[in-house]
Amino acid sequence: MAELWRSYGLPTTITVAEIVAIIVPLLLAVAYLTYAERKVLAAAQLRKGPNVVGPFGLFQPLADGLKLLMKETVIPSGANRVVFIAAPIITFMLSLVAWAVIPFDAGVVLANINVGILYLFAISSLGVYGIIMAGWSSNSRYAFLGGLRSAAQMVSYEVSIGFVIVSVLLIVGSLNLSDIVEAQKTVWFALPLFPMFIVFFISGLAETNRSPFDLPEGESELVAGFFVEYSSMTFALFYLGEYANMILMSAMTSILFLGGWLAPFNIQPFTGVLAHLWAAAWFFAKMAFVLFCFLWMRATMPRFRYDQLMRLGWKVFLPLSLFWLAATAAFLVFTGKLGA
Amino acid sequence: MIVQALAFYAFAAVAIASGVMVISARNPVHSVLFLILAFFSAAGLFVLLGAEFLAMILVIVYVGAVAVLFLFVVMMLDINFVELRQGFLQYLPVGALVGLILLAELILMFGAWVVAPGAPQAAVAPTPSTLSNTAALGTLLYTHYVYAFQTAGAVLLVAMIGAIVLTHRTRPDSRRQRIARQVARRREDTLEIVKVRPGEGA
Repeated sequence: MAELWRSYGLPTTITVAEIVAIIVPLLLAVAYLTYAERKVLAAAQLRKGPNVVGPFGLFQPLADGLKLLMKETVIPSGANRVVFIAAPIITFMLSLVAWAVIPFDAGVVLANINVGILYLFAISSLGVYGIIMAGWSSNSRYAFLGGLRSAAQMVSYEVSIGFVIVSVLLIVGSLNLSDIVEAQKTVWFALPLFPMFIVFFISGLAETNRSPFDLPEGESELVAGFFVEYSSMTFALFYLGEYANMILMSAMTSILFLGGWLAPFNIQPFTGVLAHLWAAAWFFAKMAFVLFCFLWMRATMPRFRYDQLMRLGWKVFLPLSLFWLAATAAFLVFTGKLGA
Repeated sequence: MIVQALAFYAFAAVAIASGVMVISARNPVHSVLFLILAFFSAAGLFVLLGAEFLAMILVIVYVGAVAVLFLFVVMMLDINFVELRQGFLQYLPVGALVGLILLAELILMFGAWVVAPGAPQAAVAPTPSTLSNTAALGTLLYTHYVYAFQTAGAVLLVAMIGAIVLTHRTRPDSRRQRIARQVARRREDTLEIVKVRPGEGA
């Protein structure tokens, strides 16, 4: 019995504790990202934003969550029940499982797998299912159109994201996320790969269905797009999933291009536990910066037209990222710096 | 070890069950969703075998791209389910015949299966721990099998171009944005300043 506990029970308990330690702060971050979004948009539009519930409106996300929890879950009579309920669950679950491979500091990661970046790419390419299933199962024209748009959009922009990731991988020579961060000790990849960084950021906006690429929601034409028919907690799960995906995309951007947990010029004033906190703080600061850029984009840009969206993805980003990938490979081969 | 065995049986059972559901589900969209589940379980089996690169590629390519397109098409079909079920018995003999032929072919193939000399020894030899899955596959694909690999790529490219050529038709009635023309437009082409005196307008 003790043997069984040591070989299976204890590792399982530790892993579960680690999962909780990642997910609870993540959900808090999601809640306060919605608050940050409303505050940033308000500041951009010279308004005050939420300021009634609690000091500076800080309890507003909790009030919103409670409100959604108290509402009735309405399932349309023509809906495909099982798929209708599964769709938000899948969206939310996928936005959480991706965090298993995100390194917060050297060695501070739940699963340090060899193919970490491929895992992230796979999970983010699955995100389309929640949306497409929601669109189809609602049995509503608006939701269906939103789902179709989203599927086409995410498949299109995944291609250029893939090429961007491959060009980073060529330089690093490893699919492991910690290796990718460690490889940026000399210079963050945002500088040598600047065009790819921009392509990745914009494709990330499209992949998370954020403004200016929020056509799947398109509230002025499709009411609310794929989640028109959703209410209460099913809606809340979509909402949480969308914001968790934004945070994930910002984490991916910081890991691939902004040096993850590395401080600029590798400044390391602390030792011991403080050093870990210092590294994690830089990681979170970079994520916060990328997230702010997401919100900034929403405050600044008008929504793209559908044909413009497709042209940007297929006729601008795809050739550009393909060319840059070839150029990176050629540079690495001719300088003899190709990774292992 | 026992956990791995349990995981294997779980993945295998889910894969087979969802494979059965793919052909027996009433709703074609459900069929596609079960197909995705089958792909997923196969990816799980790959992970158990230690082939994590293949597992991820399976999820990215089949689940993330191919099945999305399946779902895309199937969702838009307007299918009468009752009518669909009526044809089932009619097509059963043909389906059974195709299945039998496939089974016979498989049996013939496995009957003549010869393991390459040296393969069992190579399989038993431990993989060097420094060599990752991805690097090992890459070195093999781009050295020993580079011609086969490139040929496969060329075949896929031809198929892709063929599909586009066969299905693409230019629609003269569609109104598209011509950016070059918009950019080239000058003020003189569109705008004329007219001095209108009071009382002389219209």
